[in-house]
Amino acid sequence: MHTNSLYQEVILDHNRKPRNYGKLDHANHHAVGHNPLCGDRLDITLQLDGDQINNIAFQGESCAICKASASMMTTAVKGKSRADAETLIHEFRELATGKLDINQPHHLGRLTVFSGIRDLPTRVKCAILPWHTLHAALNSIANASTESAESAPPMADNA
Amino acid sequence: LDWEKIRADFPILQLKIDGKPLIYLDNAASSQMPQQVIDRLVRYQTTQHANINRAVHYLSEVATLEYHNARCKLQQFINAREDREVIFTSGTTDSINLVMHGYGRKFIKAGDEIILTTLEHHSNIVPWQMLANEKGAIIRVVPINDNGELEVDEYEKLFNERTKFVGLIHVSNALGTINPIKRMIDFAHRHSVPVLIDGAQAAPHIPIDVQALDCDFYAFSAHKLCGPTGVGILYGKATLLEAMQPFKGGGDMISSVTFEKTTYNTIPHKFEAGTPPIAAAIGFGAAIDYLMNIGIEHIAAYESGLLEYATGCLGEMPGVTIIGTAAEKTAVISFTIDGVHPHDVGTILNQDGIAVRTGHHCAQPIMQRFNVPATSRASFAFYNKKTEVDALVAGIKTVQKIFL
Repeated sequence: MHTNSLYQEVILDHNRKPRNYGKLDHANHHAVGHNPLCGDRLDITLQLDGDQINNIAFQGESCAICKASASMMTTAVKGKSRADAETLIHEFRELATGKLDINQPHHLGRLTVFSGIRDLPTRVKCAILPWHTLHAALNSIANASTESAESAPPMADNA
Repeated sequence: LDWEKIRADFPILQLKIDGKPLIYLDNAASSQMPQQVIDRLVRYQTTQHANINRAVHYLSEVATLEYHNARCKLQQFINAREDREVIFTSGTTDSINLVMHGYGRKFIKAGDEIILTTLEHHSNIVPWQMLANEKGAIIRVVPINDNGELEVDEYEKLFNERTKFVGLIHVSNALGTINPIKRMIDFAHRHSVPVLIDGAQAAPHIPIDVQALDCDFYAFSAHKLCGPTGVGILYGKATLLEAMQPFKGGGDMISSVTFEKTTYNTIPHKFEAGTPPIAAAIGFGAAIDYLMNIGIEHIAAYESGLLEYATGCLGEMPGVTIIGTAAEKTAVISFTIDGVHPHDVGTILNQDGIAVRTGHHCAQPIMQRFNVPATSRASFAFYNKKTEVDALVAGIKTVQKIFL
């Protein structure tokens, strides 16, 4: 158990002062993510210009892990191409479920502060929900749920 | 009573979590098992196991007798008139579903009304919704006040000639509220309406006398009473059980079968199709022996002291709000901490070895009533002690410091 390493200052800071918090007025992609097990709800709006994520925002009710994950995600994908965002989504899911070897090359940067989540299986979904929802928004799926296979690429295990 | 000595009966309480002593405050979800019950399970599996009600050989006769003895212990525990009024199920949920299928599907019709309360666990909501959808029946809900107590006057106003059933939780799992079920049962009976009591949270903490209560059905699970998972009981008045249709079909629940016609067995067997959880039921009987030996009334008094102490400690912590402040409560404290989501609270408390439940406690209507997505819940048993309350208080302070 590495709870101490999970609630690090960077996560607490993003929880206290979430970046890109709110709703974009001129979004052309939008999705609502929901974790029915804990009631977390997340609303993601983004402006996709051709292949590039020009702007992104999120809002919702959630725990600190989910909110910090969403906040750091928005800063990580803003300005990136759709393909780069999908790569990050994939890598983050692998990180959270303990399948990513962080010593191998990856694109997650500071997002590796979430690596401790793999030791807390009941909290993995909290960290992943924003990424789920981003994937849904990029693929024009209106609703994402941690309990539905349709909105997200399949996850190994049932983390 | 020597409560330290009683506590020593529970080997799991010696566990260390990440080097810290386990502080188990999730007893409303499931209680722990004393060595006496563990030993009984071992003795059954090593010297008494066979299938029951069937063969003429020695082991089958022993197992059949021990299974029957367990039923009799449960009968005594709730003061039922007859042992055949006690049906072994897989747990409270299964018991409620049995009543829904056996009674509800036979006797409840389109336009009939079923009264439930805001305090119900999902297991006493969803089966009745399924029935209502199937039959075109209507569900009416008793509201609660800001303390988390049922508004009994409103309950009484819900009755009319279409009211056909009441499903009522004895003690709220999310808040600990003890409901005035005797008064509510009496009122329903004046309208000739049967009442099912979900006693999952009451049986471990309050002496139950089904004859004094005059309830029509009473359900609870073994694993909240220091017994094994996978077994519980449904008490039902014999006349009602006899009038009901079977829930599950299979072996043991018949007296004769041809492809033209099956005759059902007498109660309780009519409702115990297939091989029951024999070992778990016998373990349940041992758990009842264990609890009756201490005395539920002594347990209630001890836990009430813990509740008072914990309510005092948490009640004076700044930023901590207790949800559910009924005058009559079991030792359950649901709370929120300003600015911190309950799941973060649970994860950080776990770091100190403290096990609490966080979430909606399978009682989303209560969460909606108090306008919170979830709470943290500390639920106490007779093997908990005041120093564990102190550890909880210290844990909450750690949470507040991290989220400052």
